[in-house]
Amino acid sequence: MASLRDIKTRITSTKKTSQITKAMQMVSASKLNKAEMSAKAFVPYMEKIQDVVASIAAGSSDVSNPMMMTRPVKKTAYLVITSDRGLVGGYNSNILRTVMAKINERHASSDEFVILCVGRKGRDFFAKKGYNIIESSIGLPDHPSFADIKEITRKAVGMFADGTYDEVYMYYNHYVSAISQEVTEKKVLPLTDIQPTGSTASYEFDPSAEAILEVLLPQYAESLIFGALLDGKASEHAASMTAMKSATDNASELIDDLTLVYNRARQAAITQEITEIVGGAAALE
Amino acid sequence: MKTITVNIVTPDGPVYDSEVSMVIAVTATGEMGVLPGHIPTVAPLGIGAVRLKKENSTELVAVSGGFLEIRPEKVTILAQSAETATEIDLARAQESAKRAEALLQARKDEIDYKRAELALKRAMNRINVYEGNI
Repeated sequence: MASLRDIKTRITSTKKTSQITKAMQMVSASKLNKAEMSAKAFVPYMEKIQDVVASIAAGSSDVSNPMMMTRPVKKTAYLVITSDRGLVGGYNSNILRTVMAKINERHASSDEFVILCVGRKGRDFFAKKGYNIIESSIGLPDHPSFADIKEITRKAVGMFADGTYDEVYMYYNHYVSAISQEVTEKKVLPLTDIQPTGSTASYEFDPSAEAILEVLLPQYAESLIFGALLDGKASEHAASMTAMKSATDNASELIDDLTLVYNRARQAAITQEITEIVGGAAALE
Repeated sequence: MKTITVNIVTPDGPVYDSEVSMVIAVTATGEMGVLPGHIPTVAPLGIGAVRLKKENSTELVAVSGGFLEIRPEKVTILAQSAETATEIDLARAQESAKRAEALLQARKDEIDYKRAELALKRAMNRINVYEGNI
């Protein structure tokens, strides 16, 4: 059996760890709050842009734009949103597993697709696999603003427009609640399913519907990506919070067990000492 | 006096929401003034200042990249970035103007040149709005 001192050391170090995980849990909780707020702040923009895109698309069926055209798929792009750091439970592995399953199902060779990464974990994973990562963005702040991700969204949409690839899928964790996140696949480009949101007014277009679509559609696609990113960030904080909570719980359980073992060992040592003293006294008589 | 509701929204959240009597914005085809009761219109916006005229004052908002959606009783401006005069970080705008100018002097390649030009335009727009000389 481990000595008293060994057990004592383990208890102390477990206590220290649980203090850290507890603190990380609380940090994640407050970050989650903020992430939820920025996701909420984004909703009006998204709704409005969807509204206008839908009413243009519905109002004039002869309007077409390369972004809305389905073309024969020679290359597919996968935009994968992961986190930069670990300690977030199954957050990254869930996404990466889903992406891998989809890739294996759809493609025979790795020439048929390219990867765009947000987050260090995803980038490292795909780099290790030897896949073709054409763009990656790491070190995003916890609460990204639109300016922070403009670079990667512009490139993602731009490379579709210039024919580097013919469709774009996006993978991220959708934030359902603080304890549940769902891996979500979304087809970003081409924009084939633009749903009207109800209030479709007929507009005048200045200068023309085509010219407006040209400006609007890239922005729409970019905001889809930004929305997913905000959603993913909220999920990341939630996942991190849950992971740290269970770590803290496990630590306190471990501390309880160890304390029990420690007390038993202490008791055994005392009993043994008493027996020795009694035995010694008896020998003297 | 009749008024029209103006909403300015960016991906980072709403920036402006108020009743005004006239909106003047720089669109891709030129300046456009909007009064209450305007016909529903959509127009892309350039980099520039949106002027919001109230009874006896004018407010300025620096916007870049987006579009203008007009309905008879409401104007919505969706922009990638928008700042009211009081929100503008003058030092940062001056800084980026200087950087863009340096890039323009260097004249490296076509894409960089265009980008720097746009950056300079945005920075100058912010500075102008901050100082109120439009």
